[in-house]
Amino acid sequence: MAALAALFIMCSSVNAFAQDAATATTKAVDMAKVHKTTAFYVLLFLLLCLFIAIIGKALKVYELTRETQDKPEGINWNTINAVIFVLFLIVGLYGVYWEYSVHGKMILPEAASEHGKKIDEMFNVTLWVTTLVFILTHIVLFIFTYVYRYNKNRRAYYYPHNNTIERIWTIVPAIVLTYLVLMGFFTWRSIFYKAEDPKNRAISIEVTSSQFLWDIRYPGPDAVVGKRNYKLTTAINGLGIDFNDKNSIDDLLADEIVLPVNKPVRFILSSKDVIHSFYMPHFRVQLNTVPGMTSYFEFTPTITTEEMRTKTNDPKFNYILLCSKICGTNHFNMQKNVRVVSEGEYKEWLAAQHPYLTDDLRKAFNLPVSVEAAPAVKDTTATTAAKVELDVKNQLALKK
Amino acid sequence: MSTISLHDTHHDDHGHGHHHETFLTKYVFSQDHKMIAKQFLITGIIMAVIAMLLSILFRIQLAWPDKSFPLLETFLGKWAEGGRIKPDFFLALVTIHGTIMVFFVLTAGLSGTFSNLLIPLQVGARDMASPFMNMLSYWFFFVACVIMMGSFFIQTGPASAGWTVYPPLSAVPKAMPGSGLGMTLWLISMILFVASSLMGGINYVSTILNMRTKGMSLWKMPLTIWAFFLTAILGILSFPVLVAGVVLLIFDRSFGTSFYLSDIVFGTEILSNEGGSPILWQHLFWFLGHPEVYIVIMPAMGLSSEIIAVNSRKPIFGYHAMVYSLIGITVLSLIVWGHHMFVTGMNPFLGGVFMITTLIIAVPSAVKTFNWLATLWRGNIRFTPGMLFAIGMVSFFISGGVTGIWLGNASLDINLHDTYFVVAHFHLVMGAAAIFGMLAGVYHWFPKMFGRMMDVKLAYLHFWVTFICAYLVFFPLHFIGLDGVPRRYYAFTEFEFMDKWITVNILVTWSAIIAALAQIAFLFNFFYSIFKGKKATQNPWQANTLEWTTPVERLHGNWPGEIPTVYRWPYDYSKPGAEEDFIGQNVPFSQTMSSNLPHDFEGNEEGERIQREWEAVNKPVQE
Repeated sequence: MAALAALFIMCSSVNAFAQDAATATTKAVDMAKVHKTTAFYVLLFLLLCLFIAIIGKALKVYELTRETQDKPEGINWNTINAVIFVLFLIVGLYGVYWEYSVHGKMILPEAASEHGKKIDEMFNVTLWVTTLVFILTHIVLFIFTYVYRYNKNRRAYYYPHNNTIERIWTIVPAIVLTYLVLMGFFTWRSIFYKAEDPKNRAISIEVTSSQFLWDIRYPGPDAVVGKRNYKLTTAINGLGIDFNDKNSIDDLLADEIVLPVNKPVRFILSSKDVIHSFYMPHFRVQLNTVPGMTSYFEFTPTITTEEMRTKTNDPKFNYILLCSKICGTNHFNMQKNVRVVSEGEYKEWLAAQHPYLTDDLRKAFNLPVSVEAAPAVKDTTATTAAKVELDVKNQLALKK
Repeated sequence: MSTISLHDTHHDDHGHGHHHETFLTKYVFSQDHKMIAKQFLITGIIMAVIAMLLSILFRIQLAWPDKSFPLLETFLGKWAEGGRIKPDFFLALVTIHGTIMVFFVLTAGLSGTFSNLLIPLQVGARDMASPFMNMLSYWFFFVACVIMMGSFFIQTGPASAGWTVYPPLSAVPKAMPGSGLGMTLWLISMILFVASSLMGGINYVSTILNMRTKGMSLWKMPLTIWAFFLTAILGILSFPVLVAGVVLLIFDRSFGTSFYLSDIVFGTEILSNEGGSPILWQHLFWFLGHPEVYIVIMPAMGLSSEIIAVNSRKPIFGYHAMVYSLIGITVLSLIVWGHHMFVTGMNPFLGGVFMITTLIIAVPSAVKTFNWLATLWRGNIRFTPGMLFAIGMVSFFISGGVTGIWLGNASLDINLHDTYFVVAHFHLVMGAAAIFGMLAGVYHWFPKMFGRMMDVKLAYLHFWVTFICAYLVFFPLHFIGLDGVPRRYYAFTEFEFMDKWITVNILVTWSAIIAALAQIAFLFNFFYSIFKGKKATQNPWQANTLEWTTPVERLHGNWPGEIPTVYRWPYDYSKPGAEEDFIGQNVPFSQTMSSNLPHDFEGNEEGERIQREWEAVNKPVQE
């Protein structure tokens, strides 16, 4: 019964594919038609089952006749299975080659950051080592299953253990792994324990995640991102920036991440609501953003967006920031554009960004509403409006 | 061991006492370990089918994100309005698929079935140490399953924060619909499940330690028993930690505490929780969660080791090494949980430490693999269905295992964490490998469970379609991951760079559907053979272990007379000089003078002397 039920449910889901063409055009779905197609596929499957059953019966009849005529077993299933294993090995090896050469070319382009290059080197070493082990063990596995397939005139070789050989295949993997561990360990340290170079200070950029947005804050001329306090969050101060901290006053609002090439950047990561993950695959950068905890990732981008477009031969190429930790309904669409530009372009871009601090916020924090800030007001309200619009959009998406 | 040994004259009246068995005590509230094993197995199979169907649903969404399937709406109602699965329901599907597969199928369904079936039968005991607790273990599991499935029938839907249910997403109901009542049910179900698993585990350990038959020293136990034993220990040590974590999460959700929550703002609504840390949950969860994957794979390893030895007609290569590597895995698996947390913002120093422990655990795993291969070498391999699946298990374990070396390396994990690469890795190494170990066990011990044989040809069909399709499903996923596509994405439509993977997704989904259809061959074979299969003989695979000395018909107390005494290890296959290519564990050395080796006497001088005397008389004749 369970089999039957499973069969029906399974078929019903299979057959549904056929209708998409019909249903996409007409809004009112003709369920009669759907059911007919469903029935068609169910019958098709039952036909397949019947076909398999007939083959099964035929085999049985054949074997029984052999048996009644006292002839040896007609079909040697051991040999058949052994041969299929060898075929599987051959086709499988080709399949692996095909995967490596076709899908393997579709993966991320070269790392666009300094530490990413080290990661990629290690990636390649690990790829070689594991592919070699993967291929060799499989060749051994399936060749053994073929060569030592059952033969009733032969007896297996009683060989319970061999301490020398076991020692070898304990020690060799241990050595290889030690090498990989050490390489990984030092790379890991070089990524997360960076000595600060006073001549080449990293640019701080704060990224705060929330469902399903990334808020970006650049420091102003003081190069320091001001403090946040979640308790200060209001409708006009979504991040809860503490403007009593004078470092906050000149902080800039950005709606994309723009990085100067070959300059270290230090991301200050935190989250407003749930855990998200700050993932920029092209730079080999990922760190979770956790509410109540600030974490940091420092790296140096090395390839500008333009250069990468030439390298990948894709004029539409863009770096991207995604969320890689499940965070709710719109987890699959939580993105931010990232651009790597020359130092000059970066400065130009930065100069065009607007401060977070609006007149409304000044009032809220009892700060003087400065005269020179006045012209900026219009623009900032425009950006807030844009942000509100974005929020509305997001809610719409939520409803969808 | 002395070749002349007094038989155990202990007469067990429990064994063939004539209990009055009603339908209720025999089939429902049974305390017989074999019946409980069948209950676990059939419940596990049903849950596996459900979890598989859930996976087909979300695979359909991934392959055809823009298309509408009106039939889905018929079955799923508002969760697939307009014939398209909604994002929230998609997350519920992946969450419940993971939860069911990891806990209900591969822990309870695998360990529960085979520990219950094989421990008493292979160590030579009449039943479990505590049959009543054993029964409770099943019924707690059953209730846990019912509650988990029940969450599909509530307004807000099942838990959907991923099977790891990280707070705050899982802790705050407004974070997502699934974190409402569905999450509460998930947590309750999990507590019941852990209770079940602990009762089972304590039973397994005490049975193995106290109830082995005469002569069954620890070093004469089959590898299956070693695997169940260590798995149970691991479960006992790690599952309670999950309960602690779950209870704290219930407090946070329902009683306003702040174990995992702090500094949280939804929109402009500031939550009052202060001082907690979401990272705490991850430590508690993975303290179980990582041993859990070994709880899943070790029984599969044990079953495969036994089946490979039986069907290669060879002793398992390096029995001691196999046991020590299991012990190594058990110990190390308790100190590697941090590798799931390399990029959580945990202190990077810990990342370094956990990377070292993680890569060390690859060594015992490699030893096991090489030993399996060495067991096949110069064997006489019979491709019984069980053997095919055991070989498949070895293949998956290798394919999924090698990518563990990438993910265990903290630096590489930065870019692989939470991508499809991880999905591909664990589905091969603990998903497919463990399922194949379980199926190998089902085919191999089906005659012991039901006294009948399963159809061999349907089993071949089942194996080959599943084996090939499983590779077609999981192998391409590696590359999607290497392109930086995160897991648990509802659709690949929002990012331009993911467009190129749509065709791959279609291939994967079709392979998954075909693999799912192939399971019908198994389900039909399984249920049909229970009633109509060919009658089994007492020892259909010519195996050495004790379970094949019991009668074919189910018997409360397992052996009609006294429990057999054990004289030798379980792997005397194709021993030179022996008449047949197998010698049961219960055959004394006095009956196998022609095949005894000096090593067999374990330093027993009397035995060696008798053997020497016998050889002086007989050896030349035989040569």
